[in-house]
Amino acid sequence: MSEPILELRGINKSFGPVHVLHDIDLTVNPGEVTALVGDNGAGKSTLVKCIAGIHPTDSGEVLFEGQPTHIKGPRDAAELGIEVVYQDLALADNLDIVQNMFLGRERTKGGLLDETDMEQAARKTLASLSVRTVKSVRTQVSSLSGGQRQTVAIAKAVLWNSKVVLLDEPTAALGVAQTRQVLDLVRRLAEQGLGVVLISHNMNDVFEVADKIACLYLGRMAAVVGSKDVTHGQVVELITAGRSGDLGIARPEAATI
Amino acid sequence: MSSEEASMTNTTQTPEQETPPQGAISDFGIDTTSQSTGEAVRDYWARVRGGELGSLPALLGLIVLLIVFSSLSDTFFTLGNLANLLQQGASITIIAMGLVFVLLLGEIDLSAGTASGVTASVMALHLIHNGNLLGGMGDTVFYVFCGLLVLAIVLAVLMKIWAGAALSLIALLIAVIGIPANAWLEMLLAVCVGAAIGCVTGFLVAKVGIPSFVVTLALFLVWGGVVLQLIGQGGTLGLRDDTIFNVANGNLNFVGSWVLFIVAVGGYAAVVLTRHFSRLRKGLVAQPTSLVLAKIGALAVLAAVITYALSLNRAPSNLIVIQGVPYVVPLVLVLLVVGTFVLDRTSYGRHVYAVGGNKEAARRAGINVERIRMSVFVIASSAAAIGAIVYSSKVGSVDPNAGAGNTLLLSVGAAVIGGTSLFGGKGRLRDAVIGGAVLAIIQNGMGLLKQPAAVVFIVTGLVLLLAASVDALSRRRAATAAR
Repeated sequence: MSEPILELRGINKSFGPVHVLHDIDLTVNPGEVTALVGDNGAGKSTLVKCIAGIHPTDSGEVLFEGQPTHIKGPRDAAELGIEVVYQDLALADNLDIVQNMFLGRERTKGGLLDETDMEQAARKTLASLSVRTVKSVRTQVSSLSGGQRQTVAIAKAVLWNSKVVLLDEPTAALGVAQTRQVLDLVRRLAEQGLGVVLISHNMNDVFEVADKIACLYLGRMAAVVGSKDVTHGQVVELITAGRSGDLGIARPEAATI
Repeated sequence: MSSEEASMTNTTQTPEQETPPQGAISDFGIDTTSQSTGEAVRDYWARVRGGELGSLPALLGLIVLLIVFSSLSDTFFTLGNLANLLQQGASITIIAMGLVFVLLLGEIDLSAGTASGVTASVMALHLIHNGNLLGGMGDTVFYVFCGLLVLAIVLAVLMKIWAGAALSLIALLIAVIGIPANAWLEMLLAVCVGAAIGCVTGFLVAKVGIPSFVVTLALFLVWGGVVLQLIGQGGTLGLRDDTIFNVANGNLNFVGSWVLFIVAVGGYAAVVLTRHFSRLRKGLVAQPTSLVLAKIGALAVLAAVITYALSLNRAPSNLIVIQGVPYVVPLVLVLLVVGTFVLDRTSYGRHVYAVGGNKEAARRAGINVERIRMSVFVIASSAAAIGAIVYSSKVGSVDPNAGAGNTLLLSVGAAVIGGTSLFGGKGRLRDAVIGGAVLAIIQNGMGLLKQPAAVVFIVTGLVLLLAASVDALSRRRAATAAR
């Protein structure tokens, strides 16, 4: 694989006395899906928010395309090409798909909205992701199903030529068929050469789409393993105990005092 | 941009991909073929059944009211009364148009009525005292007034609302320099004072974070008091100026009326047809051409009939001649067109809808939510000032009750009756016009039927209640129909 598009080195983050992230190292490669798993409170969402610039990090380095960068806010992240698809979707119900996809970055011609241009671009993007479930790109978001909304939110990231897409539990509230659609879409994002980080609780989803699994355990990176090298059970052990056989954090009794 | 997209499309043609992207585009077949008239009608009907009523109930109500009052009263459907109707409804309609912006965010501006009274009083004082506001208001009041204008400028600059800052600055300059009275200057002053009031309201709501209901309820009382202070208990400020008098009472001449007709219908046809054919050319879904032409034709015929009727002599006696389209018609039309344009065709308008629909989504999309929230109050108060000019012109004076009473309630009512949602995110400017027409007809028709004020109030209130229920029910229906 080519050089990592996003690299975290020794990220630390505390909220007051609570040390949430301990020396996190993580690399995200273009064209790969990296699953970020961990129990509740392991620090998955905090890590994503640190990358997205919502929380400042206490220490550690962030390299984007090999260059050290400082992400101070969501705008910095967006400018670099880091896009986050949040669990609670950031879509306006009263606007249609095109309007939502271009929200905040409308294309204008002579000061006026260029509707036809935006509509064509939105359609092209959805088509490039082989999204077939939406009847018309002028459908109001309020009349879309949960899966379709998720699709629109993800397609928005692609439209803006992002390089890294962070998905925070994109399938959490979806049915079987809709989960299918979204997972296919996640795969296609990677095929388009984007670096994808997928947070999920669902092991089936993780094994289906991820190339690499990063397990967080109580704020530490327990292990980063290839999804083909481990079994279901090993990952569950990593999540719940922080180690599984040789993998993961060393046993406390083995550590020298 | 297009080259990037092209490259992006190419990258998808990996071996695992079964369908090439070009094939996938055909999946939006419904978007690329033009609809037949039948499909377009069925589409519209499906949307109505799904709870997207828009201004349909108000339009139906309008027709029913026209029929009822025409059959009950001999004088209702006379030329003189119809022109009168337009002039009576104009001020409410204009204030309602400003309120639509506020309602789109799910906020409310209860102070728009009395704020309009303040602008009317300042305008009248400037006129009567020949530009000497210091003399007209007294020292203390004048300095407080100027202080508030400075405050408005500072707040607007803080929030980067440049138009609000500029208008407040103009108001301050007019007040301080003391230019002699001139009708146009007075009207400009009124609008600028309105903008300054909106800056203060908007800042309190958007930046300080007090709920708009409370802020504007408090300011409703404050501005009511200010009007009393400016005019004096029991006093009345007469507006003896032909230009100001003509705003609500004058008419375009015969030629002017037909020029207005040509400009309005021609402009509408040009805009609609340009967009229609540009969509067809680019292969985007469009309504059938015949339907678009039929719409334009119907509008042209309707406008022609109205213009013709209004250009006939409608004077009650043979001694004078009253004819032509009242000035308020082009005034409302211009505000409607400009406002609709801003809402539909600019990023600002899109952001207003987005903030009204989902504030958090708008914030994450990088929209400055606070700025949008403040700006709508500036627009509402400025529009209220224009409304104030019209209603003051209609009666020819400003009294301590200017903008108080039911001015505000009728304006909010007009917007809601027309189909603007109180929950935010849904509504158009034409709603205010249609709703304003409904209310004007009720007030006018009931008056002609010699109904007591009690009945008029009750009926108006019930109509508003009905409109709000339709809004709430259609919203519920839309929510259940969604998934």
